[in-house]
Amino acid sequence: MEVGLGMTWYLPVIWGLLLSVAIAMYVVLDGFDLGIGILFPFARNDREKDQMMNSVAPFWDGNETWLILGGGGLFVAFPLAYSIVMPALYLPMIFMLLSLVFRGVAFEFRHVAETSRFLWNIAFAGGSTLAAFFQGVLLGGFVQGIKVENNAFAGGPLDWATPFALLCGLGVVAGYALIGSVWLIMKTDGPTAVRARVHARLLLPAVLLFMGAVSLWTPIAFPRIAERWFTTPNLFYLAPVPVITLILAALVWRWLENGHQNMPFFGVIGLFLLGYVGIGISIFPYLVPPSLTVWDTAAAPASQVFTLIGTVFMLPVILGYTAFVYWLFRGKVREGEGYH
Amino acid sequence: MEFDPVILARIQFAFTVSFHIIFPSFTIGLAAYIATLEVLWITTGLERYHRIARFFTKIFAVSFGMGVVSGIVLSYQFGTNWSHFSHVVGNVIGPLIGYEVLTAFFLEATFLGIMLFGWNRVPRGVHVFASIMVAAGTSLSAFWILSANSWMQTPAGHEVIDGVAYPVDWLAAIFNPSFPYRFAHMVTACYLTTAFVVLAVGARYVYQGRYSEDARTMMRMAIGLIAILAPLQAYIGDAHGLNTLEHQPVKIAAIEGHWGETDGVDGGVPLVLFAWPNEKTESNDYQIAIPHLGSLILTHSWDGTFKGLKEFAPDDRPPVAIPFFAFRVMVGMGLLMIFTGWLGAFLLWRRRLFETDWYLAPVQHIWPIGFITVLSGWFVTEVGRQPWVAYGILRTVDAISPVDGWAVATTLVLFVLVYGVVFSGGIYYINRLIARGPEGEAVETPTGVPNRPLTSAHEATRAAINTTGE
Repeated sequence: MEVGLGMTWYLPVIWGLLLSVAIAMYVVLDGFDLGIGILFPFARNDREKDQMMNSVAPFWDGNETWLILGGGGLFVAFPLAYSIVMPALYLPMIFMLLSLVFRGVAFEFRHVAETSRFLWNIAFAGGSTLAAFFQGVLLGGFVQGIKVENNAFAGGPLDWATPFALLCGLGVVAGYALIGSVWLIMKTDGPTAVRARVHARLLLPAVLLFMGAVSLWTPIAFPRIAERWFTTPNLFYLAPVPVITLILAALVWRWLENGHQNMPFFGVIGLFLLGYVGIGISIFPYLVPPSLTVWDTAAAPASQVFTLIGTVFMLPVILGYTAFVYWLFRGKVREGEGYH
Repeated sequence: MEFDPVILARIQFAFTVSFHIIFPSFTIGLAAYIATLEVLWITTGLERYHRIARFFTKIFAVSFGMGVVSGIVLSYQFGTNWSHFSHVVGNVIGPLIGYEVLTAFFLEATFLGIMLFGWNRVPRGVHVFASIMVAAGTSLSAFWILSANSWMQTPAGHEVIDGVAYPVDWLAAIFNPSFPYRFAHMVTACYLTTAFVVLAVGARYVYQGRYSEDARTMMRMAIGLIAILAPLQAYIGDAHGLNTLEHQPVKIAAIEGHWGETDGVDGGVPLVLFAWPNEKTESNDYQIAIPHLGSLILTHSWDGTFKGLKEFAPDDRPPVAIPFFAFRVMVGMGLLMIFTGWLGAFLLWRRRLFETDWYLAPVQHIWPIGFITVLSGWFVTEVGRQPWVAYGILRTVDAISPVDGWAVATTLVLFVLVYGVVFSGGIYYINRLIARGPEGEAVETPTGVPNRPLTSAHEATRAAINTTGE
């Protein structure tokens, strides 16, 4: 197949954007249901735990599918990047997947279990917390760069384990807990919602601290990122990102103080997306920082086109029926009310 | 201590994929069964279809959960453990898996929420629609995965440039030569697997004298399906075998334990019933064989021959023992399935099925038969593909990631531990759901139970269930 130069330039960019959307969807959607798991140990009794879990039970499966689209998308569109990034982040990747195994089966097992219920409470909370932590570690490991020789990973199995990656891990745990707590404010009432508001007000400053720490650390430790942000004219184009983040954070704080039900959730989504855009700006156009770009690692144009056709048709359909299910299960989950 | 990452990664993949396949092979059939029950429910208005559907939905939820989480692990293992595989065949395999996620995975995962939690929240029609979407999603998922797997067995529609496969003709790649056989064989296997679980559950309740109306419906539906599908499966399997002979002759030679053209009696190739394949002497020890039957089955002629293992370089042969024995397990189980289905159909026709304890007693324990058969079938086809991971394109030893052996060893141990806990939990909880039985029906009093010799013997069991079970 003869493909013009334009297409080989645009296709990887389009796929890079699609992949970013898939990962952003994942972070927001699975973020809040993982957050429920992180907050699980703070529920006072089993009824509150049920209420928390029921608020996400109809959605978590669909939410987690975005993770497969993220990983699958990387495999589909950038197989070379996939074959370098995955071995480089081998251990945190598998730790993350195993944590998701525990937490995923806990949804069903906990419901059927009687005497062993407390074990699946632990599995749900522990699995969610560890999955979040390792997702942060993966992010950190990715941002800090991967050692590549001859188009293959050339480092050791523990290269990712740096203080920076561990900080990112803690940051993501705090972030998911925050979005979980504002989800609970929106979807529950009674003591669960009251406690969630307390948690949100503790977690918001913590998340801002983590975002600040990462924003300072990356340009200091990685000159390529400093160059991206602090040279003119980039400085002026990019300055709004941190400024809007601070303004939005202040708004979320006020919404939390003033008893808003839904706005904190959407505000936190905004904060997540801003942080995500910030990371994107630091990384682009590298898919295996700091050496390989989206163009270096792109799949054959014929492969990218073939899957793009399906994506253009299917993505709106998927978003449509996802919205339909969220709409069907709209409204608050009251204490003691189960869907089962 | 040095670990060989290739061996460890192979063990890890075999372990995780074997664990995973158990669940889709059950849930693909179960989703179709639940959707069928719901359609019957709204068309006939009979409450028992609704009860059975709700009952199996709970079992579906537990199985599907395990299938999803183990499937997510698999989708990432191509990258973590087999990164060179991803690089070499990613251009072809990637889009097939991408289409699975786009068309199937989201569909089933999203509508699952309505299917599991929507019983009291949405109108019947929406619930039936959601269940049909989940069933469609699971089958579509099988379509794409079987397409990708078949491509690894019989690649087509591609060209190899500098060792990397590039797509040339997508239709040829998706509908590659072994795909139709493999897909038909697998979907039928899924339906049979589910039917045997339903049959066993129904038989258990009938035998115990519980939920007899629902249990009889379960048994009737399951036996009807098995009586038709089990022999059909034998036919599909035979056609698949002929296809394999055409495209992967060395796999057939291993399955048959056929070392060379000359080891037949009178020129024809015998069918080896039992033997111990010996790779050192390149022959079978302790062989029991039926002359000419191998020729008859595979070439459909008395004296036809096909290539033996010795005609392939030792480096190009799969390890013989695993496909050889696994195939015999698969076929043996298949024959047992046909026998069970036909015997059940006969008893049903004679109106003796629900009173025949010598049938009910063993059949209530037959539920694992589909899982055993599916697993052995996959051992045949996947081990038989060795030493290739993508047939003729990439050898398994070359597909490995640049990871240290100890990292793979560590994660392997974790997989075994985690899956051990999860699997035991899953079996335990599914068993508990089955013991509880379908809701909405009061446990029957023993008086309504038809007269049969062993009825009194179950009295105690029934009493125990009545007091503790509900």
